[in-house]
Parts: sequence; C-alpha cells; structure tokens
Amino acid sequence: MLNASLRQLSSLLSEKKISSTELTGEFLTRIKALNPDLNAFITVNEEKSLEQARVADEMIASGQSTPLTGIPIAQKDIFCANGWLTTCGSKILSNFISPYDAAVVKQFDQAGMVNLGKTNMDEFAMGSSNETSYYGPVKNPWDRLAVPGGSSGGSACAVAARLAPAATGTDTGGSIRQPAALCGISGIKPTYGLVSRYGMIAFASSLDQAGPMAKSAEDLALLLNVMVGFDERDSTSLQRKKEDYTQSLERSVSGLRIGLPKEFFAEGMSSDVSSAVEAALTEYRKLGATFVEVSLPNSKLAVPVYYVLAPAEASSNLSRFDGVRYGYRATQYTNLEDLYAKTRAEGFGEEVKRRILIGTYVLSHGYYDAYYLQAQKLRRLIAEDFTKAFEQCDLIMGPTSPTVAFNIGEKCDDPIQMYLSDIYTSAASLAGLPGMSIPVGFGNNRRPAGLHIIGNYFREAQMLNVAHCYQQVTNWHELTPLEINR
Amino acid sequence: MTLSLSDIKRVAKLARIEISEADAQQNLIQLSGIFNLIEQMQAVETQKIKPMSYSQDMVQRLREDIVTETDQHIQFQSIAPQIEDSYYLVPRVIE
Repeated sequence: MLNASLRQLSSLLSEKKISSTELTGEFLTRIKALNPDLNAFITVNEEKSLEQARVADEMIASGQSTPLTGIPIAQKDIFCANGWLTTCGSKILSNFISPYDAAVVKQFDQAGMVNLGKTNMDEFAMGSSNETSYYGPVKNPWDRLAVPGGSSGGSACAVAARLAPAATGTDTGGSIRQPAALCGISGIKPTYGLVSRYGMIAFASSLDQAGPMAKSAEDLALLLNVMVGFDERDSTSLQRKKEDYTQSLERSVSGLRIGLPKEFFAEGMSSDVSSAVEAALTEYRKLGATFVEVSLPNSKLAVPVYYVLAPAEASSNLSRFDGVRYGYRATQYTNLEDLYAKTRAEGFGEEVKRRILIGTYVLSHGYYDAYYLQAQKLRRLIAEDFTKAFEQCDLIMGPTSPTVAFNIGEKCDDPIQMYLSDIYTSAASLAGLPGMSIPVGFGNNRRPAGLHIIGNYFREAQMLNVAHCYQQVTNWHELTPLEINR
Repeated sequence: MTLSLSDIKRVAKLARIEISEADAQQNLIQLSGIFNLIEQMQAVETQKIKPMSYSQDMVQRLREDIVTETDQHIQFQSIAPQIEDSYYLVPRVIE
C-alpha cells in the first residue's frame, strides 16, 4: 500500500478494496511513528483528516468520485488551509489559523483528496536545506544525518519516507526540484502562471509557482490535472485550454532531441552526481533519444541575479507581517514604530531577515539601477539563452543539484555555499520555464541524485512523458530507504 | 562596492527590523560576501537590454472594479493580536 502508485490506490478505492478512512488512518499511523524523528510535518490533525476521508468514502459510495478521491495528500505549510494552522515555517505565523483556503488546497479538496497535514519547510521558503524552519530541521529519510533539501523539504521527506502518497510544493528558485532530487522522488515546477497562487504565501511573486511532488511522473501527471487551471484571483494566472497530462505519458521518446548545456556539465558538479546523470542519459540513448550540446552562457549569472530579484520582491511581500492584523506580536514595545521593529526582529529568523535586508538595500535610493534594474536586464539575457537553445532541442537535461544531500549543519554558516545548491535550477525559474527532477540513482553515502529536465513553456506533458518512459525501464523511483520499510 | 555598518543599520531601519550591534556586525560580514557574488552582474554590458519583470513579458490582468468579497471582518479579526469594537489596536500615534 505504501509503495502503491496513485493509479493503484485509485483502483483499490473505487473497487472498494480499501476505504479512504482506512488508507488515511494507515498514513496517520506512520506519521505518528516516524514524524517525531523525521520532522516532516509541522501540523497533523487526525480528526480533520479523517473527517475528509469519511466525506471521500461517501463520494465514492455515491459514484461521485474523481480519479484521486480518497487519496491523502500532504500540503506544504505555505498554503493557507481553512481552520488549519498555517505557519510558512515561521515564528511570525506561529499562531495563524488560516480563515480561508488556498486555491490549490480547494482544488484538491474538491477532487476528494484528503489533507494529511502541513509539511515543514524553510521559513517563508527561503532556504535549500529546511534548516531555516522555526520548527526545526527535517531529516533526509535516506540518511538521517543529511538535509532533505529545501524549501519544500518536509514534502519531499514525507513522500520519500512514505508518510504520504503525494505532496504539494512551491518553487521560486528550485524549492520543488532540489528537495525532490535530494530525497529521491519526482517533482515538477510548472510554467510560471499555470497554477493559481491564491492563498499561497508570497515570497518572490515574479518567480513563485506551485507544483506536485510524488513518487513517479505518472503520479505527478494525475496531480497536475487537478492543480492547473485559470483563477481570476491570481493576476498572473494564465487562461489556457485544459490539458490532460496523463494522455501522452506512454508516447515513444525515439527521436527526441535532448539539449545538454555545456555550462551544466562543467566544473561544479560532483563526480558521484555526474555518474548518475550520465547513466540516465545512457538510458535515454537506448530509448532512441539523441543529444545536442547547447549553451546557456548567461546561466552562470542566475544565482547572483536571483539573489537580487528574489530578496527585492520578498522585502516588499513580507512588509505585510507587522504584528497588527494577524500573527505574532512582540510583547514589549514603546510605540508603533517599535512594535513593528520588535515584532519583525523577534518573528523572523536570520535567513529571512538577511534577505529582507538585501532586498531593501537593492531597492533603496541610489542602488536601484545598479542592482535591481541590472538584474532584470540579465534576467532577459538568461531567458533568451533558453529560447535559442530550444531552437536546437526539444528539452534540456542536466543535474538538478551539484551534489547529493549535504549534512545537517554543514552549510548553515555559509549562505553562499547554500545558495549555490540551486545553481542549475534558478536559471529556469528566472525564465519562467517548467522544470522537473526525477531520481536517477545514488551518489556518495547512498544519497539520491536527481536528473533535471527543463522544458519549453507549457511543455509539461512532454516532460512527464519523457520522465515516465525512463521510469518504465528503471526502478529508482520505486526504491525506499531501508529503515523506512521496517 | 563596500558595505558599511551604517548601511546595515540604515537598511534595517527602512525594513522595520530592530537590529542589535552584534547582529549588525554579523550581517555586515554575510551581506558583504553575498554582494561580492552579486557584483558578478556588473561585468555584463546591458545598456541596450530591456529589463524583464515577468517571464514571457507577461502583463498582469486587470479586473472590473466590482465587489467580489463579502464582509468577513469578524472571522478575520478573530485572529488579530488586539482588537476593540472591530478596530485593530496599535500604540497611540497621535497625542
């Protein structure tokens, strides 16, 4: 059951071989047993989950079910869920019971999926290791000394440890793909604008995008079918014809032109990750794909550009946390100015404050042109590199992250080393392109490695197809950490 | 570019974040390192390049100026730190 695909779970539920209440109960029991050590969830509410499971069972009994009805899903704690504590990994929202549902939460509710709980994350999604969470670090289920990646580290851990069959994530510079790679699961960040961000707590609005995290590409396709859709409440939401992402999963990849950016295969990638990625490319060659070298000359600037634009937008977005309307408020203050300054000093963690300071600085008088505007210009050059590359290839592949998971505490005091963990993912984010990571084996210390697949705009179906074909001839996505099976 | 301690304190004030002397020092070291990384951007000539705010140069949609939300102030204020008669309470601003 724990290793079953969403399609298998769907059949078991519709054939009434298991009820949603039983299935949900089984995952809740696992969470109870394993979460105290893994720390993948910030909030679990058995009563609420089981109530949703009962509703799902009624939907199934009355023939009103969708393909995902009754299947539990873990929600990243960045998504507001009505009546649920929604912390975004921060102390400043440590008492925030959301009065409304995010669009993504509502979509899964309406599909009859069961909210299994809220997963741990880097504070306000700012981090690549889950160590900036106010609620403590998450452990990587493959090696509990290692980080799970971030910022969607709790979601990645929950899926890898089989505490949930699927989870939601968000990705601003790599926050779905990097933890998916480090935890050996599959995750996709769709094209910017495809999934509504209503009720998703904002970090960097020109980059933020939600996506699913699960065991396989097929599972991701089923979840994307629910998540993608126009929402007038999100001003960046795109109006497009509804697609069925499962339809082309089985298509042959023979003749597929895979672009390999020479910059992604240069120095920086560790040899264990390189071997895993090369082996995956060999599989694709066997499947009939061809390779073409492409160049993304400006991608080396993606991390500096990202660390101007994302903090700038964050400094604006996070100004709403003022201790007046909701959330944490400092207990001692002398006047209004002091209330703001103390609430924010006490409520935000170090990394969040650091980024607000960077963002405030680059937007301040006299520095705007040199930093913010320059970064926006380079963003165009980075995006244009991809446009040129896609003239020569159908999609792009490379490593998701330069190394396998590092140890908890290893990069805490060195923000720059931490930022470079997203060196391959942030370029696609800046361009707004869809990106995904699938597991392709193991590196040092038997820690997972991920293959990064970048598609052209709106080519999610093709990316899922290409990932699915690989998963039909390999079984990395079916492996689980040994200790977890006990 | 060289950051100074007074830059850090000025920016913290602008961002409405109280900062101790020790934290300002610590931030000076870390932000200086981060700005060294950011400075790599200056090597590229971009005079003729148009800034890009959103991918695909997306333009944000506008909507009709009509009421879409109902009054839910009781529910929304139930999670406020301090309210009175449906007002949010803050320290006195005008004497």
